[in-house]
Parts: sequence; C-alpha cells; structure tokens
Amino acid sequence: MDLLNALVALANFVLIPALAYGSQLALGALGVTLIYAILRFSNFAHGDTMAIGTMVTIFVTWGLQALGIGLGPLPTALLAIPFGILGAAALLLLTDRMVYRFYRAQKAKPVILVIVSMGVMFVYNGITRFIIGPDDQSFADGERFLISARDFKAWSGLDEGLALKSTQAITVVVAVLVVALLFWFLNHTRTGKSMRAYSDNEELALLSGINPETVVRVTWVIVAALAVVAGTLYGLDKSYKPFTYFQLLLPIFASAIVGGIGSPVGAIAGGFVIAFSEVLFTYAWKKVLGYLLPASLAPDGLVQLMGTDYKFAVSFVILIIVLLFRPTGLFRGKSI
Amino acid sequence: MKKWLLASAASLLATGAVQAEDAKIGVIVGFTGPIESLAPAMAASAELALSEVNDSGEFLEGVTLVPVRADSTCIDAAAATAAAERLVTTDGVVAIMGADCSGVTGAVLSNVAMPNGVPMVSPSATSPALSSVEDNGLFFRTAPSDARQGEVLADILTERGITSVAVTYTNNDYGKGFADSFDAAFQAVGGSITLTAPHEDGKGDYSAEIGALASAGGEVLVVLGYSDAGGKGIIQAALDSGAFDTFAMGDGMYSDALLADLGNDIDGSFGSIPWAEGDGATAFSELATAAGVTAESSYTRESYDAAALIALAMMKGGEPSSAAVAANLLDVANAPGEPILPGELGKAMEIIADGGEVDYVGATNVELVGAGEAAGSYRYYEIKDGAFSTVSFK
Repeated sequence: MDLLNALVALANFVLIPALAYGSQLALGALGVTLIYAILRFSNFAHGDTMAIGTMVTIFVTWGLQALGIGLGPLPTALLAIPFGILGAAALLLLTDRMVYRFYRAQKAKPVILVIVSMGVMFVYNGITRFIIGPDDQSFADGERFLISARDFKAWSGLDEGLALKSTQAITVVVAVLVVALLFWFLNHTRTGKSMRAYSDNEELALLSGINPETVVRVTWVIVAALAVVAGTLYGLDKSYKPFTYFQLLLPIFASAIVGGIGSPVGAIAGGFVIAFSEVLFTYAWKKVLGYLLPASLAPDGLVQLMGTDYKFAVSFVILIIVLLFRPTGLFRGKSI
Repeated sequence: MKKWLLASAASLLATGAVQAEDAKIGVIVGFTGPIESLAPAMAASAELALSEVNDSGEFLEGVTLVPVRADSTCIDAAAATAAAERLVTTDGVVAIMGADCSGVTGAVLSNVAMPNGVPMVSPSATSPALSSVEDNGLFFRTAPSDARQGEVLADILTERGITSVAVTYTNNDYGKGFADSFDAAFQAVGGSITLTAPHEDGKGDYSAEIGALASAGGEVLVVLGYSDAGGKGIIQAALDSGAFDTFAMGDGMYSDALLADLGNDIDGSFGSIPWAEGDGATAFSELATAAGVTAESSYTRESYDAAALIALAMMKGGEPSSAAVAANLLDVANAPGEPILPGELGKAMEIIADGGEVDYVGATNVELVGAGEAAGSYRYYEIKDGAFSTVSFK
C-alpha cells in the first residue's frame, strides 16, 4: 500500500507533468532543429511563431465554439489546428519571401540571419499583442480530466491522488503522431529525402537537380505545423499568454542543443532531458521516502537536492556539460 | 527666402508666447511584461487626475500638465532606467508617476531620479526595502509597504485557524520582501511554514515547484505572485495535480481574469489587497466609470492619487518644478486642511490659491507616513461562487 502511495505521488508530481512538458518542448525543439539543419540558422522567432499560430487557432476555436461545433469530450482547438497551421505557414512563407530570401541570396553568414530572426521575433511579438492583446486567453473546452485526483483517491482508497488531465494525454499522443509522421515524411517521401540531401550538402543537392526554393518552402510549412501543434498543445495544457511563449524559447533552444542541433531525434531526446531534469533534481523526496521507509527512518527535512530556484540552472549545467564533452550534442547534430 | 525665414521665426516666437506653458509628468508603468494587463488602467487613472486638473482651469496661471508615457517593463531594470532617462533628459519631465514594480522602481530611483533631482510617486511598488532606501527626499508611494501586508495576511490565517502553510513567491524584490515579512509575521504568531519556494514569472512549467510544495505539505498554499504570470500558473498546476485546494493570496493575485479562468475551482480561497472603502473610493469609481477607465482594476486608485498629489504639490509650491513637488508633497497629502476627494481637485486648487491648507484624501484615504509611504488599509476577501466577496477591512 505504501509502495503504491509512493509510486502514485511520484507519478502525479514528477512523471506525468514532465512527460507532457517534455513533449511540448520536443515539438518546439524539432521546429528549431529543422530550420537549423536546412536553412542553417538559429531561428529566434520560433517562440513567437508558436504564439501567432496559436492565436489563429484560438480565433477559429472561438468561432467553432460560437457555431456550436465541437468534438465532444475532446477540445475544439484540435479541429482548429489546421487553420492555425495555414495561418502560420502563410506568415512564415511571407516572411521568408520578404526577409530571409534576401539574405539567402546574399549568402549571409548564419550569425547575421540569427540577428535578422531576432528582428522578425520582435515584429511577430508586436503583431500578436496588437491582435489578441497581452492578456491570458482561455480556449480549452471538453473534459478537463481523464482521471482527477479526488476521483482517484475515492476509487483506489490510497492517500495520494493521481491526476491525469486530458490535455496531458492528448499532448503525448499528438506529439507521438506528429513525430512519427515527420520521420516518415523525411525518410520515405521524395520531398523529405531532398530536404535531407539539401541539409547534408547544399552544393551536391543543387547539382542533382533539387530546387532549393521548394525545399525551403516545404521546410517553413513543416515548421509552421510543428510550431502551431506545439503552441496549441501548450496553450491547452497550461494557458495562452504571448509573454510565456516568448520565454519558452530558452528551454526550447536548450533542448535542441542538448540533443544535438540539426538532429530531429536529438531534439526529442533533448526535450525530455530538459523537462525531467528540471523536475527530478529539485523534487522534495520527503513524501515519497515517508511512504517507502519505516516510520523510524522517515525524514524530517524535505530531502530536496536543491531548491526549485535552481531548476533552470540544472538545465543549463546539463547544457554546458554536454557542450564540453560532446559539442555536437547527444545525437551528433552539427557542431556549432 | 530671407523674408520667409524671418516671418516663420517671428510666428514661432509669437506662438511660443501665446501658447500656455506645459509641465510634463512622466507616467512610467509596465505596458509590457508581467503586469501588462494592469498597466493601461493604471496609466489611464493617472492621466484622469491630470486632465481633471487641466480642465479645472485653476492650475498655476494656465500651465497645462502633459502626461508622457514610458514602459517600465516591470522586470527589466535596464529597460526601465533607459525609459526613465529618456523621460527626464529628452522629454524634460518634472516629476514621475511610477514606476510600478518594486525592482524597477528602485533602479529608476537610484539611476535616474536621484541624479536628476526628479521626484517619483509610485502607485504600486510595495517592497519593504524601499522604505529605507536612500532617496534624498524624492521618493513617495501611495501604496503601503508589504511589511504591513505580511502581518495582515498572517492575521487572516490565524483568524481562520490555519497553523501550517507552504509559501511560494515570485522571485523578485516584491515577492522576496513580501515573503520575508509574511514568514516573520506568521512565525511570530506561532504558525509553521513547511517550505518557502520562489517561482519565476512567465515560465513554461511549474511542475517542479508544485512537486516540492506538495511534498512539503501544509493546509493552504500561500501564493505571493502575479495573477498574470507565475502566480496563476502555480495555482493552476496545484489544482490540476490535486496538491492544494485552497490558496491564500497576496495583492498581486487579485484580478478578474484569475476568476474568469479558474472560476469555481478556487472557491474558498482568500487573500488581502490594499483597498480603500468609503467616499473617496466611491467618488473615484464614478469618476473613472464616466471617463471610461476600469476603476476596479488593481492600483488604479493609487495611480490616480499619485498623479493628483504631484499636481497639488506643484500648486502648493507655486511653480511646476521638481523641487516644488518634492518639498510640498507630504504637506498636501496629510492633515491639517480641507479633505479632498477625487473629483474635487479643482476645489483643492482654489483653496491653495487662496492660501488655505488641503489634506488630500483621494481614492485610497491617503496618509503618508514614515519616509512618504501610504499607511494602507487592506481588504480581506474570500472567493465565493466565483466572485470576490469582502470579509472585512483591516
């Protein structure tokens, strides 16, 4: 019984939240890593691309809700995601046409493109605030919980509750589907293969007749899809606020770099490493140990390795260690 | 060409002579950043007071008060300092209504206001550290220090018979100062605190904080943060995981958006917020509603009062200058004198012009104590059926 209590407490406060957060980071990091692999720069505007795409999704969700169209127990926003993707893709393609293409034609250095993407980030940032405002928006509907803590306690008779939000489950399921689709696309379709070829060696790809502009356009569309899915899942699970999306940029980049920037598998691994390290290293084990150990040994203190203030430090220490000993990241991305 | 130049120069001179003198007042609040949803109403309230003064026609021989807005960002001291520097050096403001959050307020005070001798009246910086900071007599605030609010919140918990709590605060000057004063006050009345954990605002995920807080336990979770930022994220995460059902909240958590988003899930939670009741508050609500300003938002009253005090101090000093504001602000804010409510600024101007004394009461029963900060009265509220309901005033 005590063992079960300990497991439930651990699952409720560590495993489930970290799994959901890790999936959101992984989707974000995949977008960053794809741009790095194919367009060869770190796209600082990614967080705000997520914000804008999610904004479109939210507007369509509100429209659908007003029309009474829904998915029953599932959030209506899932229906609206394709519209969000269309919006974000249009915006990214327009930005590419107006901004990035110019620098690509000049063969500008990556560092210049990074600064350019920062400019784009501020513009996106402003557009989002102009249209939807800086406030929190809620657009989640449907069943909130698959299992709520209270119901679980009543059902199991345990002291500890286990909560599983439907958004957390949806996040993990959708993330798995999207990642599977992306890998199938990259490995088994002609366009996907040409993207990988372009990423491996630009000149060789050009010589074999791959049209670089097509590759770039397809990349932006995929990135838009990843960004909107990540942004919407995040908004459903937590809340939608433009400022938070801007701040998400940091853990997303940490994930991409830890995993090996430019490597899609690495981005996913990195997302989970960052999410789990933030939660695990700062968890207070008092409760779990209290269940596991005999009463005489139960700890009085919190048994916390370090305060939660240090959770960001943890991810950055991991980042530094990885860069010191394996500069290309866990999965051999491109060395920066 | 020469003639034309001469003519335009002459007409410029002429308009300069005819035009009334402008006195610029900086309005520096966080239009972007963690309290960006509160800032527009705060700025509008301050400007409401200034336009009331202008419209009265009684102010200093036709001098017009012109508000100049700037963004404090609430958290970025460098950006706030640059914005305030711009206000003082480029726009030439004589006094500053702001800044809002405690950290940036301290930075603006020491980097811009003190070197330039420009007085500041903050409507919402509540960090206890600002009580003892060196200010050359230039810093005032219409919001009370959190040292007081910590005691009030500890009182409320004792009243409810709660003896063990976990605390989380937003990791900045405001949150740290508030948490320290609360911890001290609560332990002084015999309460125990299982864990005090800071949280960062605007971050993506609060599972780590909630995990640690839930493990530490406690009857309620005391949340000393911002409703727009980390505070709400913490409450959401705590509710979702079933870690805590009841929350005790500081002033930064009071917002209608919080209720709209969380609604009935936080029924039974409670908190404190600097609040004024009585004639002044009612007068302000009417005034603000008529002008289309959201009166019920946080710190709108304090913002109105801050701007009104600046204007009254100028009037008292007889000139729209920084020195007049710094020298006379305490004088117009406190007794003796004729009590002045919102909407009566014109009357106050007349009294001062006639050589009388005023005691500005304003929307928040302004009484500046110590080094020029509000004594403060607090509303103890509880959330019932998805709405804030007043339990008592402290």
